[in-house]
Amino acid sequence: MNNLLEVNEVSKNFANFKALNKVSITVPKGSIFGLLGPNGAGKTTLIRIINQITMPDDGKVHLDGELLNPIHIKDIGYLPEERGLYKSMKVGEQALYLAQLKGLSKTEARTRLKYWFERLEIGDWWNKKIQELSKGMAQKIQFVVTVLHQPKLLIFDEPFSGFDPINANLIKDEILRLREEGATVIFSTHRMESVEELCDDIALIHKSNKILDGKLIDVKRQYKINTYEVGIRANNKESLEQELANKFDISAANFKTLEDELKLNIKLSETDKPNDLLSYLSSKGEISHFVELIPSVNDIFIQTVKDN
Amino acid sequence: MNHLPLIIKREYLTKVKNKSFIVMTILSPIIMIALIAVVAYLSQLNNETVRTISILDESGLVQNVFKNSEKTTYHILENNMSLEEAKVLSKETAAYGLLHVEKFDAIETVSNHIKFYSEETPSLNLISDLETKLEKKFTNMKLRENGVDVTMINASKIFVDIAQESFKGEKTSKVDSIVKLVFGLAAGYLLFMFIIIYGNMIMRSVIEEKTSRIIEVIISSVKPMQLMLGKIIGTSLAGITQFAIWIILCSILMTIVSAFLGIDMAQMQTPQQEIIQHAAENPELNMKMQDVLNAFYNLPLVNLVIAFVLFFIGGYLLYSSLYAAIGAAVDNETDTQQFLLPIIIPLILAVYIGIFTVIEDPHGTVSTVFSFIPFTSPVVMLMRIPFGVPLWQQLVSLLLLIGTFMFTVWFAAKIYRVGILMYGKKPSYRELIKWIKY
Repeated sequence: MNNLLEVNEVSKNFANFKALNKVSITVPKGSIFGLLGPNGAGKTTLIRIINQITMPDDGKVHLDGELLNPIHIKDIGYLPEERGLYKSMKVGEQALYLAQLKGLSKTEARTRLKYWFERLEIGDWWNKKIQELSKGMAQKIQFVVTVLHQPKLLIFDEPFSGFDPINANLIKDEILRLREEGATVIFSTHRMESVEELCDDIALIHKSNKILDGKLIDVKRQYKINTYEVGIRANNKESLEQELANKFDISAANFKTLEDELKLNIKLSETDKPNDLLSYLSSKGEISHFVELIPSVNDIFIQTVKDN
Repeated sequence: MNHLPLIIKREYLTKVKNKSFIVMTILSPIIMIALIAVVAYLSQLNNETVRTISILDESGLVQNVFKNSEKTTYHILENNMSLEEAKVLSKETAAYGLLHVEKFDAIETVSNHIKFYSEETPSLNLISDLETKLEKKFTNMKLRENGVDVTMINASKIFVDIAQESFKGEKTSKVDSIVKLVFGLAAGYLLFMFIIIYGNMIMRSVIEEKTSRIIEVIISSVKPMQLMLGKIIGTSLAGITQFAIWIILCSILMTIVSAFLGIDMAQMQTPQQEIIQHAAENPELNMKMQDVLNAFYNLPLVNLVIAFVLFFIGGYLLYSSLYAAIGAAVDNETDTQQFLLPIIIPLILAVYIGIFTVIEDPHGTVSTVFSFIPFTSPVVMLMRIPFGVPLWQQLVSLLLLIGTFMFTVWFAAKIYRVGILMYGKKPSYRELIKWIKY
């Protein structure tokens, strides 16, 4: 079994509103899976279904090969987008309570909490109340509580929001380390650069439907635009640009160079080879820059959502 | 996994450790007793002031009617004084008022022309006291005038005290009825107070979980139904703790205060006690401690205790689940008013029906019917039970109550499950109905 989570044609209706329409996703074991989509697309509903907070109207969810059932609660750690803890409860008590709700024994929970609190250097918060802590501090506690019971599946909804860059980095490293230790991560965010950096697989949900999914690299290949960013030094830039415009589909490019070069994006047709372009260009001047343009997740996101 | 005990424990401990809860628990009995003591002290002061009443008796008939008492002294003015002079004199001597009895031939005319002058509006008690005394005097005079022997009339007076006994042979008395009434009213009132105080507490705690947004984390670990029940039970246990402390503290303080100030707390007038006192003032009815104790033992005690526990739990669960549902439906406390009204109304109705109809006739149609309707039955039935309610009635009422509370718990759980994840606008009743179908 290579997939930890398989969501199969899950649908969910709220009165007159269809929140999910036959959505299927598969999350490979040990991967970091990016769940993307515009606001109100249905991501949270899907996450809640995986967490058994809401029941799907239709479709099935399998976790590690088994049909999802209440036993799996301890196998999932969930950090919701809307964070919160009991404000007037002490940090330690609260963390113990939440860990026990996930099925840990009190002593086990205490040992693990001590470990985590030391690791994140927050040990002296144990007897403080949440209302005395800053938002970022409370978020750290909540992160610890989410991962404490060592779940197979971790679901993070916007995990970095509210953290300063240092702490965001700290949390990112922890997520990567947890993955190394065998956890699978579902990661829902609007920050495309972190998707780019972390995710192996993605799925894009838009207006209750899944419109795109797969390995990030495959998705990128699929969205390849066959365009090269070119910088070339020539004596007569205008005539060269004219010449190229006749041969290729070009547009102005913007990147930094040392000299005053002609900067262009050149889109090749299906039959053209980059090498041919390169040798053609080298006959025209000195090439200082030649890069294939890879679509960013951001571009893919915007383009697919617009197309649908 | 059953997390119910864990949730109950947390709810209980957070409530009990809460600062304002502790302050309330300790301070309220102190404030209450202090208040009672002050009121008792003041009313005693009030009673101690001696009133002087001047009497201008032109008829010469009422000289011997009034005898000075602890609270009132009567000052008979000279007969030759005019009314105006008498008024001035009364004012000067700071008398409470002036009673003017004019002289006429016929007793009827005299009695029709009696007037009372005073600075302020006189107290009702005083006037009725004067009236009673004068009536008695004039009636006796009229009787004598008509040739009736007053001593014979007095000798012919017969008092009737009906001894009450049920068909089964249990002796009862008026004292019995009063004791029953007190028990019934106390039980009903207690439930009413308990529901209002701790229902609200449950509601607030649900709202707190919602606004602090921890709710999503919690219900990814436990079923909403479990969370709701845990909340209700945990809060109730905290409530019972608080009530127990209140009762203990109150009785200790009461003893101390009455010992120090010499104020008899038992004589304080509360609405329920007024009824007893009213009865107690009746000279034919001697409220002896022994009678009260007898009455107490005559109560269907076993039935009372069992019924109290069952109806208390049933009624409390019925209402508190609704409170929880309201908490789940809204985002903040100010939005709760609209939903609270429909559950407060039957509660208040129950208490009033209990007080008015059960006193009148514990087994009358109105009180019987309302002791079956689940939303009023816990309070009304608890008030009726001391008077002896047939077992079948208690059972039917209890079954109806259990059925309804299972329905409301189910209903509340549905609202709760959906509501706790809904933020933003306040839902309408129509939307709430929709939620049940989710």
